Amino acid sequence: MFLESNVNKDKSFCTGALTLMYNSRFFEEKTEELFKQGLIHGTTHLANGQEASQAGLCMALTDKDWIVPTHRCHGFTICRGSSAYSMFSEMFGSSHGLAKGLGGSMHMPDREHGNLGSSAVVGSGIPLATGIAFDMKYNGKEGVSVAIFGDGASGRGSLHESMNLASIWKLPVLFYCENNLYGMSAPSSAMISVPHVADRAAAYNMSGLTVDGNDFDTVYEACLKALSHIREGKGPFLLEVMTYRTKGHSKSDRRLYRTAEEEAYWASRDPIMLYENKLANEGILTRDEISEIRESCLENIEKQASRALEDSIDRLTEQEALDLVYAP
Amino acid sequence: MTQMTYRQAIRQALADSMEEDKNVILIGEDVGVYGGCFKVSEGLIKQFPDQVIDTPVSEEGFTGMAIGAAMMGMRPVIEIMYADFFTLIFDPIVNHAAKTHFLSAGQFSCPIVIRLPEGSGTGHGAQHTQSPEALFLNESGLKMVAPSNPSDAYNLLRKAVKDNNPVLFFEHKLLYDTTGPITPENIEIGRAKVLSHGEDLTIISYSHAMLTALETADLLSKRGIESTIVDLCSLKPLDSRTLFEQVRRTGRAVMIQDTAATGSVGSEVLALIASDKKTFDILKDPPLLICGKNSPTPFSKDLEKNSVPNAAESAEKILTHFFNN
Repeated sequence: MFLESNVNKDKSFCTGALTLMYNSRFFEEKTEELFKQGLIHGTTHLANGQEASQAGLCMALTDKDWIVPTHRCHGFTICRGSSAYSMFSEMFGSSHGLAKGLGGSMHMPDREHGNLGSSAVVGSGIPLATGIAFDMKYNGKEGVSVAIFGDGASGRGSLHESMNLASIWKLPVLFYCENNLYGMSAPSSAMISVPHVADRAAAYNMSGLTVDGNDFDTVYEACLKALSHIREGKGPFLLEVMTYRTKGHSKSDRRLYRTAEEEAYWASRDPIMLYENKLANEGILTRDEISEIRESCLENIEKQASRALEDSIDRLTEQEALDLVYAP
Repeated sequence: MTQMTYRQAIRQALADSMEEDKNVILIGEDVGVYGGCFKVSEGLIKQFPDQVIDTPVSEEGFTGMAIGAAMMGMRPVIEIMYADFFTLIFDPIVNHAAKTHFLSAGQFSCPIVIRLPEGSGTGHGAQHTQSPEALFLNESGLKMVAPSNPSDAYNLLRKAVKDNNPVLFFEHKLLYDTTGPITPENIEIGRAKVLSHGEDLTIISYSHAMLTALETADLLSKRGIESTIVDLCSLKPLDSRTLFEQVRRTGRAVMIQDTAATGSVGSEVLALIASDKKTFDILKDPPLLICGKNSPTPFSKDLEKNSVPNAAESAEKILTHFFNN
């Protein structure tokens, strides 16, 4: 499939996209710092390097659409519009968190922002996203449901069953694969029997496409294309974006399975740097304007983090937590 | 009062629920034209063509899908052809449905019903005859019901569909052809029923084993022993208050169930009774658990039949245990 150019060069649009990417990156950097300081416990899965994928998708979505992210969910959550304060609060386990501190790093549902929350079981959110689409079709609701998953999850039966179900019932699902080349330590080239995850689409009589996931414009265009295909009622779509997580799988990962050369190559394809260069080179934003946006995003993330930390003394009581086990 | 089979009662509850609310849908394999593997949904597709949905053999996929739809406000009822296939839906049920409300701090709930035809006595071998309720018992966030008669089946299914939590609905295959009156009743999930009020002994049971319990009580009555009979109806939450009250009245408790003992509903019931000081102090004898064999269901007819308790054997055990007989 060839993409017709749909690149949006509008200054405020580009500023918006860049802001999302900065917010995502700075959120992860701050999270890592807070972990190192021992201020957050548990684990976390950082998505540094995958910002073009997150922002490209979310800029293409409307407020009628839904996402079901992966365990590596911070970037999508922030790009979908959740506040960094509620997200940091969740990581601090405070009652100001998106899940009132009951979820942690991998559970940040936000109904207001069309985010069902992640499954921390790799690939298990995909059928749930398919269910959102089922409701949309059954009840004639507008919107597309996005099942976000990684190359690792493409081995799950839940994905294959969901793609078949979505295809036979022509459900408005965007199967969105972030192929970051590794499922934990397992290289996708050794674990997947086809060259691209998107090749799986053919088996389910679906359209599929693989694109560069580190180039914002490419991701955004591909998402628009896939989404309009779905919105026109042509059934689900499998979009694969090729990207790279520059950090390890989780905070305990020593990254023994990949080389410094490979990491250096991907550092040279940092999605934020690529987008900054493009905006500057094309004269959409000046370097000074870019710096200003960067500084203001950084400042905001710092502010939200410290406010969340200050407020993190507020916790649910045991009884309040127990009262949430069952719905009234 | 309308007489119905257990099968018809479930069908009627499905029909009434679907009639009332378009967001109630029945999803499963062969639930449409075929009428469901056990003919429970026979004819429903004609009445509700949009609400009865045949699926491919993708239990994990369509259960997860139903959970997503439920989180958006639909009220799906899933039929798992044989309860044994629960293994395929363990992840969506345990990791998602049961934790939806908690993990979203109440932003989402999961009003879904999973119908699980269970039980042995049909000659279908070890992978089509299990009663897996014990395997879900420890999971917070789930509700579980196991009605023993048509009326309870009707009323509990109606309640389950309206409940805002995931409800596992265990229907024993040997009950499908049993008949009884359907009484409109405000039976709550989580409440047990007291069927008789004898003074000598409290017999507790649920689902198919309830038939064994009733027959056992008849045999005991012929020996001059009168039983209080408690039908649990709901396995989760367990109605401990009714249990304690009814056991305290007689000072003797016996649980009869078809499943094996370890980590089961019965062992939970006995643990509750034994750890409630007021009840324990009144007990005249240690409580007794009469249960199924600790083995996969054998195919061979007599072996299969004997893998669950029968009334004669239960009555003997009770006489020996409590009455030195």
